[in-house]
Amino acid sequence: MSILIDKNTRVLTQGITGKTGQFHTRMCREYGNGAQCFVAGVNPGRAGEHFEGIPIYETVAEAKAAQGVTASVIYVPPAYAAGAIWEAVAADLDLVICITEGIPVRDMLELRDRMRREGRKTQLVGPNCPGVITPGEIKIGIMPGHIHRKGRIGVVSRSGTLTYEAVAQVTELGLGQSSAVGIGGDPVNGLKHVDVLSMFMDDPDTDAVIMIGEIGGSDEEAAAEWYKANARKPVVGFIAGVTAPAGKRMGHAGAIISGGKGTAQEKLAVMDACGIKVTKNPSEMGKLLRSII
Amino acid sequence: MKIHEYQAKALMRQYGVPTPHGVPCFSVDEAVAAAQQLPGPVWVVKAQIHAGGRGKGGGVKLARSIDEVRSLAGSVLGMQLRTHQTGPEGQTVRRLLIEDGADIRQELYVGLVVDRATQKVCLMASSEGGMDIEEVAAHSPQKIHKVFVEPATGLTEAEAEAVARAIGVPEGSIMQARAVLQALYRAFWETDASLVEINPLIVTGAGDIVALDAKMTFDANALFRHPEITALRDLDEEDPAEIEASRFDLSYISLDGNIGCLVNGAGLAMATMDTIKLYGGEPANFLDVGGGATTEKVTEAFKIMLKNPKVKGILVNIFGGIMRCDTIATGVVAAAKEVHLHVPLVVRMKGTNEDLGKRILADSGLPIIAADTMADAAEKIVAAVRGQ
Repeated sequence: MSILIDKNTRVLTQGITGKTGQFHTRMCREYGNGAQCFVAGVNPGRAGEHFEGIPIYETVAEAKAAQGVTASVIYVPPAYAAGAIWEAVAADLDLVICITEGIPVRDMLELRDRMRREGRKTQLVGPNCPGVITPGEIKIGIMPGHIHRKGRIGVVSRSGTLTYEAVAQVTELGLGQSSAVGIGGDPVNGLKHVDVLSMFMDDPDTDAVIMIGEIGGSDEEAAAEWYKANARKPVVGFIAGVTAPAGKRMGHAGAIISGGKGTAQEKLAVMDACGIKVTKNPSEMGKLLRSII
Repeated sequence: MKIHEYQAKALMRQYGVPTPHGVPCFSVDEAVAAAQQLPGPVWVVKAQIHAGGRGKGGGVKLARSIDEVRSLAGSVLGMQLRTHQTGPEGQTVRRLLIEDGADIRQELYVGLVVDRATQKVCLMASSEGGMDIEEVAAHSPQKIHKVFVEPATGLTEAEAEAVARAIGVPEGSIMQARAVLQALYRAFWETDASLVEINPLIVTGAGDIVALDAKMTFDANALFRHPEITALRDLDEEDPAEIEASRFDLSYISLDGNIGCLVNGAGLAMATMDTIKLYGGEPANFLDVGGGATTEKVTEAFKIMLKNPKVKGILVNIFGGIMRCDTIATGVVAAAKEVHLHVPLVVRMKGTNEDLGKRILADSGLPIIAADTMADAAEKIVAAVRGQ
């Protein structure tokens, strides 16, 4: 097992005709069971065409009906991305992974509000994230497949390359990952640390988790508080941004200390108090993990 | 994106929020002419810089005559205004706002932000206007009233009225305060703001509700749909290095240390800064070269880092995923040669085509110090900088 995705997931690419969408769809198809998993694309103007053998449909609903699509990955430009997410949610897909960076916050507030009000069951990962991978089976997103290795460590993070850093450390130690989930660097997003952590706690094929956060917001604290009451497996944590100045947005839209809140020190203290083994040295996430399992 | 107080007030007025009469000015003569247009007998000379804390820093002065306006405008305009938000070097005052003095009966606080946990806009209001709201939050949190606004309905009349009462608006001014609060919410929502702060919002002697100060910042990702707000950007208020970096699609932030760092990915860039600090050094900047780092981008990144005279060494930390290490290595070598690099350079590369990348660096003939891990790289650059 794994979380969120496996070799039976049937994936639709929204934005399959753009340069980024094409490149990553190709890379994903070449990974694991990707050739069977990536079954459709959507572009209203190009319906009826193919992208390297993948049929393109006019709408998400049509693609779902024709190919039994269960998940979507989105590469459409920021101005249209929230609309693309909504189309996938309205079609009742199980999972939507939005890679797009730069979506206006107000668009996300409206989208998340509508999802809640209508009681939608679709799970959203991202936006502004690298995606999700279940090593050896399927990768949906932009992460480099070859650094991963099938194993029993779960990884959840707001950052892309920092996730790769953790994954590579785990792989080098001869361990591997059950799944690695990038939840994205935006302030208003879908799944949060606590949601993914709880899935890993329930996953019989995950033995321990690396949880990576960064400055801004209070999601890491919320996950830590939840963990304190629900700890069943060891968790190792790292928070980026101990040296980040207040009031400055550090690359990610959500990485900002505002009103003195969301500092790395504060997050590390709460995580530590809740039983998560934290390190201030990002090169030692893997070693710390091995020392406790 | 930040804007000035006078620009925020103009936006507020469009939404029906009353503000004092005022005129933005760029010279002493303009300030005097502005004061002559206003009724007096009291004028306020307000420095317009993007940082907060202007009053405490000496950037807001009361004048009781036109002559006093002239002398105060002369002393404030061009001054280096230092506040808790400007850093020790301060910010040059290039613009003034000359305003009518106000008859203040009561000072209140109103702020709007996006609450990430509830994914709603949060309206915060307090009876303790004119004070640092973070201090109010720390010492008397019961005096801050919050409403988490439903996006579908906006701030309702009932919610706005309840808040107005909770913060002690006098009975005769409740209806006006209600309208102002609703207008502030609409201004926040419709302009894609990320922060609206009125501190203080006052009740005048006559019972009117007036925004005596105004602060607005906007979601950079939404500026494409607000050309009129984008036009308010004041490049004089921004760090020239950050502006230069943004031209090349580099995400750069100046810091106080002496070790420049060039990293791909925002999270890894922060982690690299943290590791430098962990090994006893101080980062000079945050720099994310992003996903598609070309030789040109890497070269520009080196130039921007090296323009900072404090930089005594550079650490490059790249996790090659889709971006291959050999591409980055070629870029680093070309950049180091073009800028005639004169400070120690430590490069750590990991991921796709790592070995090829390392060989390119080793064969370049440049004194590049190779490192295996982020920690190793930080240790080496800190030692190299100390050894100078």
